[in-house]
Amino acid sequence: MSFLEYAPAPESTAILNLKAEYGLFIDGEFVDGRGEVFDTISPATEEVIARIAQADAADVDRAVAAARRAYETVWSRMSGSDRGKYLFRIARLVQERARELAVAESLDNGKPIRETRDVDVPLVAAWFFYYAGWADKLEYAGLGPNPRALGVAAQVIPWNFPLLMLAWKIAPALAAGNTVVIKPAETTSLTAMLFAEILQQADLPAGVVNIVTGPGSTGQALVTHDDVNKVAFTGSTNVGRMIARQVAGTPKKLTLELGGKAANIVFDDAAIDQAVEGIVNGIFFNQGHVCCAGSRLLVQESVHDEVVDKLKHRLSTLRLGDPLDKNTDIGAINSAAQLERIRTLSDTGENEGAERWQLDCTVPDKGFWFRPTIFTRVSAAHTIAREEIFGPVLSVLTFRTPDEAVAKANNTPYGLSAGIWTEKASRMLAIADRLRAGVVWANTFNKFDPSSPFGGYKESGYGREGGRQGLAAYLESNGWEAPSLSAGASAPSRSEKKSRKAVAK
Amino acid sequence: MTIDHPVALAPADRAVRLLGGDLTEKALRLHLEGLAGVDAVGLEQRAAGLATRSIKTSSKAWALDTIIRTCDLTTLEGADTPGKVRSLVAKAVTPDASDPTTPRVAAVCVYGDMVPYAVEALGALHGDPDAGLVSVAAVATAFPSGRASLDIKLADTREAVAAGADEIDMVIDRGAFLSGRYGLVFDQIVAVKEACRRPDGSYAHLKVILETGELVTYDNVRRASWLAILAGADFIKTSTGKVSPAATLPVTLLMLEVIRDWHRLTGEKVGMKPAGGIRASKDAVRYLVTVAETVGEEWLTPHLWRFGASSLVNDVLLQRQKLRTGHYSGPDYVTVD
Repeated sequence: MSFLEYAPAPESTAILNLKAEYGLFIDGEFVDGRGEVFDTISPATEEVIARIAQADAADVDRAVAAARRAYETVWSRMSGSDRGKYLFRIARLVQERARELAVAESLDNGKPIRETRDVDVPLVAAWFFYYAGWADKLEYAGLGPNPRALGVAAQVIPWNFPLLMLAWKIAPALAAGNTVVIKPAETTSLTAMLFAEILQQADLPAGVVNIVTGPGSTGQALVTHDDVNKVAFTGSTNVGRMIARQVAGTPKKLTLELGGKAANIVFDDAAIDQAVEGIVNGIFFNQGHVCCAGSRLLVQESVHDEVVDKLKHRLSTLRLGDPLDKNTDIGAINSAAQLERIRTLSDTGENEGAERWQLDCTVPDKGFWFRPTIFTRVSAAHTIAREEIFGPVLSVLTFRTPDEAVAKANNTPYGLSAGIWTEKASRMLAIADRLRAGVVWANTFNKFDPSSPFGGYKESGYGREGGRQGLAAYLESNGWEAPSLSAGASAPSRSEKKSRKAVAK
Repeated sequence: MTIDHPVALAPADRAVRLLGGDLTEKALRLHLEGLAGVDAVGLEQRAAGLATRSIKTSSKAWALDTIIRTCDLTTLEGADTPGKVRSLVAKAVTPDASDPTTPRVAAVCVYGDMVPYAVEALGALHGDPDAGLVSVAAVATAFPSGRASLDIKLADTREAVAAGADEIDMVIDRGAFLSGRYGLVFDQIVAVKEACRRPDGSYAHLKVILETGELVTYDNVRRASWLAILAGADFIKTSTGKVSPAATLPVTLLMLEVIRDWHRLTGEKVGMKPAGGIRASKDAVRYLVTVAETVGEEWLTPHLWRFGASSLVNDVLLQRQKLRTGHYSGPDYVTVD
């Protein structure tokens, strides 16, 4: 017997109490949708988990009207500390139902239970706890005294972190005093439905949060609705571009969190074993379905062979299979369409001359699976070094000098995240300064915290989520302006004079 | 800065192969100082990740037996007596009288002066753990502090080997290591290794204790691991058990990474022994996972992997009984020693 095969250790689904069919969540109630009901399946087995209602334009209209009513009559009149109490209550309920949420998320999305249990769900609770604390302290958000909520927020979220993206969107919106209509991704509505149950448990006033499920057309009806004040979208750059066009010329505020093609830069003085862990976590976490994934490994030529060798050795211990098994590292690809895209791009990589290496493991018969893949001999001109694959595929490029590393890292239309691996702190800071990416991780990767702002440059979107900065997306200043910095420039203070003298010496 | 005259080191085979024929302290120092650093946060995160593996049913049964088979059942007290050692040996030979399928431990680990009693008590069962027998390991070299002259350390070692010890657990001179006298530490290990030589030319296995709790930083642990392997260690071992912290999962992972790197470089397999502080089966299973996923499960044999522990075996026996009968018994259903 091989010890490393580890006997099955499946998390039980007995904890779930799923309904056969889920309606839309509007005005505090589950209601039928007018569109055609659709199946949500488990990507690991292709079995139907539940049937989900589809919202058409009239349903969206109802949801927005409920949100408007809740905003005018309840939520905008409530004190910040009372809003905070609801958010704290939601956070605690998420913790209480953590195991159930983790199982449902793994089942519906295909990601391993290890990740939903240890990352997704704890972060969901953390996000609500964090923004609950802000609800009565908005005058410290940097927007002057008594900043105003925007009104009704229309939010559209992706399938890669269904519940976590929901938390990223809803928590700051509610803390700031807005009401919400949110649309989960078509393939991953399940945990949003469980979240709706949590909102009922928390006794959140009706209409403060409304959830409309359905395909892209539902999302389009939502973001183009005349009565929303704010649009927040996380997803692909193409859809983001479309939304930006539709919102342009309206008074709606917009934040977009889009694609990425992050560079993970490994210098020759890095702690190699830990860098290898970081590379694995950077690209194989969540099957690589991460907008900030470290999909381009830039490794200094002098340590290329050692890093790639150790990386392959490390990958050989990854376990692909049943997402509900507690020892699974790599789960299922979320959908057939996504699997097809990953396959096509990987084939392109090979055709263009890159060298493919794949983990040697058995793949289940049913479901959507892609073995962890490394491409070596990739050059900056290759498609797989340019396009976001959004799968467990790593492209390895090399560099010779720090300048070359920075030039290659920045040579992408995206700018969401980047990683630096070096034991030399001065180099770390100098390189971080020159990377055009919203998030730069040093000697770690894919770390998220509610107090830290997250967002991109260039085609990776605009606006920030998380931290104090994340509140700015849901607030506007109440006519107050920060004192101009230039006002004091004509009369330098004593200490300034002193420091000038010191420089003159 | 002046250029010192090169200080020659004892020409240990491995070091000569890696660092060249004219082995000097300078060459050793350059190698140790040139090793990649260790990122503490990343190392501890990886160890924590390995600790989340869920080992169930048949894998758990195999793991529990492997823990017993690779255990150095230990007593290292000032109060040790021949009687105490005899009862330790009895436990080593028959860990669980209620279940004859229970494997024997790999070795008993005692102070040098207790070796004759252990050998006598084992009688015909004294031998290679691969053959189902039990070895005798002796701590030596002024264990646990190592604060004695080299002559005394060597005499300590020779006496234990002559009395029938199969394995010597030596300590390095941590003071010398921390003050940068790597050559001194190296030469002492080489000398102790030579003192492990028996009249027939065979050698007692040498386990080199780094006492990682006194080296403190992971960078030091990595350097000391390389140093010990280059000097000829058959095993590298974390701790004496007399200093806190003793074995930890991150330190063990780091030492296993050095062993893996040495194996990739030379094809040679060096053994690993975490010792001290591992009391629960659950923790011990995490160590097995770490071995399997770092150097490979072929390391999980008594010649390449040991637990140094005194109370661990009893917890494993309780878990074994639970697997067999389906319910937990209690501490009175296993013997105290």
